[in-house]
Amino acid sequence: MSALPPLTAVESNDPVETPRRVALLRPDLRPSVRRSSEKFVMAYPHLIIREVILFQIVVIFLAILALVFNAPLEGIANPVETPNPAKAPWYFLGLQELLHYYPPIVAGVLIPGLVVVALAVIPYARINLSAGPLWEGKDEKRTTQILAVAASALVLFFAGFQCWAAAVPTAAVAGAMYLARGGSTGGTWRQAMARLSLPQWIMTWFVILAAALTIIGTFFRGPGWSFIWPWTHMVQS
Amino acid sequence: MNIPSLDSLGRWFRGTSVYRSIVRHGVAETSRNRSLIVFENLFLHVHPVKVREKALRFKHTYWLGGITMVCVIVLVASGVPLMFYYHPSVPQAYQDMKELKYVVDNGVFLRNLHRWGAHLMVFGAFLHMLRVFYHGAYQPPRQFNWVVGVVLLVLTLFLSYTGYLLPWDQLAFWGVSVGTNMAREAPVIGDKLRFFLLGGNAVSENALLRFYVLHCVLLPVVLFLFLGVHIWRIRKDGGVKGPSEEAPDAFHEEEP
Repeated sequence: MSALPPLTAVESNDPVETPRRVALLRPDLRPSVRRSSEKFVMAYPHLIIREVILFQIVVIFLAILALVFNAPLEGIANPVETPNPAKAPWYFLGLQELLHYYPPIVAGVLIPGLVVVALAVIPYARINLSAGPLWEGKDEKRTTQILAVAASALVLFFAGFQCWAAAVPTAAVAGAMYLARGGSTGGTWRQAMARLSLPQWIMTWFVILAAALTIIGTFFRGPGWSFIWPWTHMVQS
Repeated sequence: MNIPSLDSLGRWFRGTSVYRSIVRHGVAETSRNRSLIVFENLFLHVHPVKVREKALRFKHTYWLGGITMVCVIVLVASGVPLMFYYHPSVPQAYQDMKELKYVVDNGVFLRNLHRWGAHLMVFGAFLHMLRVFYHGAYQPPRQFNWVVGVVLLVLTLFLSYTGYLLPWDQLAFWGVSVGTNMAREAPVIGDKLRFFLLGGNAVSENALLRFYVLHCVLLPVVLFLFLGVHIWRIRKDGGVKGPSEEAPDAFHEEEP
């Protein structure tokens, strides 16, 4: 191992010899030091008081929930008595609903894995940084073609496995994407839709799909994962 | 007899040498003291001394990250007392649920608070993610904090899921059985992963102990590490970012 460079003492109070305040700033890298004409307020009290109020509101809300609704507790765990249906916690019921249509490797490993990876890479994909409104300044015919091909492929993928809970919302979102064309001159809703970029449309599609699958898995599934109406269960119990 | 007012008592107390040894600054009457309150306090100094006025508006963040953070505090505050009454063993774990219900003072309230707090935390974290996405707040320079947020979301789900088993009732047992059967489908490592998680080939007493340690020690520690980074990075990345049309951020990343 080569010898380390000799240590030089830099302890000194002489500001010329040992400048203490050296700042080399690339203005694009540290937004916190950029000059701004925005209005600032003191964190104490303006921010802190809001945090305290937020804390109180959430605690009171949860305390009321806890007073009114009891956490569920069933009989002691029994490995030989399988309830029908056996359901995962609500936030996994969208996946369990998919398990009904797709082989476990797709519903249990591939799809959740892809979702997490897709979420994690969002800020590193160029499209998420530069995309403008979907129909703005683009070749409308070409965009329509791509949209039609992508939407049909997805709808077929879902419909092929009879997963209507995913196929129908996918078709609906694709329809809405098409209707957003030229929507900037329409009503409030069409204007809002016309402003959405492709990444925002994809996220909206994902959220609608996840919500649909989760709601169906939670409220509309009975024994043997058969379709039931939520009130059927209530009448029985 | 001269009864001192609350205000004068407060002033006297803040002037005592004991109080001044703990809190060095005076009353929050000047901007200087208001700054000192924030940066001389270990717990407050994650805040900047000044914040953008816009950042305080409701529609800027809908306070969703804050709601999730309050849930974390409520869950620790209700979870630690629950640990005093809980044994991670079969069948005692289930008996402890009955003890909470029939014997422990406010046991039902504690358990309810923990349960609904957990649900709100999952829901709040998800909504917070959507808010950040639609406001484009993942864009540079906040890319890394978005990734930290995704890790926190996954940790939140794991925390909620490991806690789900602890009551050891039918709901817990079969909920976890269904989920861990999915882990088995992972190629190559599936079976080993499941064995590692459960400490056996099925959900058993070993699984209960593992989930208990994960839920009460390992995952909270990791969560707090990432939470620390997440909240610190908000400030380092220039504060919370709201709807993009309201604050045109002239920031463009360029290769140096």
